Amino acid sequence: MEYIDLGHISLLIGFLLILVGFWGVLTQKNIIKIIVGFSILNTGINILIVSLGYVKGKTAPIIDNAVAQTGYHDVSASVVDPVPQALVLTAIVIGFGVTALMLAYAMKLYKAKKTLEINKFNDLKW
Amino acid sequence: MLRNILIALVILVMGYMFYNTYSNYETRTELAGISQHFAAQGAQEVGAANLVTAIVVTYRGFDTLGEVTILFLTASIIAFFLKLKDEDYDSSIDHRETSELLVTASQVLIPIIFLFGIYVFMNGHLTPGGGFQGGAIIATGVALMIMANPNVRLNYHVIHWVESVSGVSFVVIGILGMVLAGGFLDNKIFGQDGLGEFGTLFSAGAIPIIYSFVGLKVGAEISNILNKYQKSQKEA
Repeated sequence: MEYIDLGHISLLIGFLLILVGFWGVLTQKNIIKIIVGFSILNTGINILIVSLGYVKGKTAPIIDNAVAQTGYHDVSASVVDPVPQALVLTAIVIGFGVTALMLAYAMKLYKAKKTLEINKFNDLKW
Repeated sequence: MLRNILIALVILVMGYMFYNTYSNYETRTELAGISQHFAAQGAQEVGAANLVTAIVVTYRGFDTLGEVTILFLTASIIAFFLKLKDEDYDSSIDHRETSELLVTASQVLIPIIFLFGIYVFMNGHLTPGGGFQGGAIIATGVALMIMANPNVRLNYHVIHWVESVSGVSFVVIGILGMVLAGGFLDNKIFGQDGLGEFGTLFSAGAIPIIYSFVGLKVGAEISNILNKYQKSQKEA
């Protein structure tokens, strides 16, 4: 069995979470469960972006004792890529905003029809 | 039936694409391009020990301003959708009695959670954390408060004022960067040598100030959204 490094493990987890979330969005009938599916999809994509910034054997991009312990004098030779992590921080906040909005819509839909089954909302179907 | 087959087909095709990407992926062994520059020069140029914070607040500060704007937009749209009248804020909801454990634990935990949130956003330039995370932690304290007593009355005037004042302060500090330093949201507003000692609380120029305002704003905004969810329930 060959050795799997951290980058591959997190990439695999990211891909699996994306598939699970996508499956949930496509198959579930309850609006709350669809929102949960979107959340899982979102988390999977975030893990995927962070794992693309992983550099083999390097430490977190915070300059403290852990960086000194890697034994390199140059900081850039001892940390993982900080840019994807900064982008994911933005993405998490946007994801929070989207989830909060979806929940508000779900509350509004429930008030309109007293149900959360997506099949009951067929007003635009003919 | 046809629907299930199509869904299975979509998932399988996606999985196949992911599998090809996964099997061809090789973990990187060194930084390149702009990341190389950020990692090598970030400590000198910005003075923040946490390089992610240096990128989020200074190198990509404009992006963070947009991020805060998007949160504000979310809160506004939710306020528009779940419109509350003045008397709704004073209405009480019939609810099951909350458990003794939750009420007692919340009295002990809420001050500690608030303190932890403030610690996280003030030390955003030194530790893994920052304004958004600290604000979210403060909002979990508010969520616990609402769960322990569903009829709790949050003072929404205070929430609105904290949110507005910190939002304006963020922009004002950005403009100060234009007057006193190199450009909009530059963190060297205390002069070129005013970055402070590297790795201490008072370092990295304007970053702790900006992140504290971001933390207060995010905390107030999420508390506001939670309050809206809670108070608009009684019609349902």
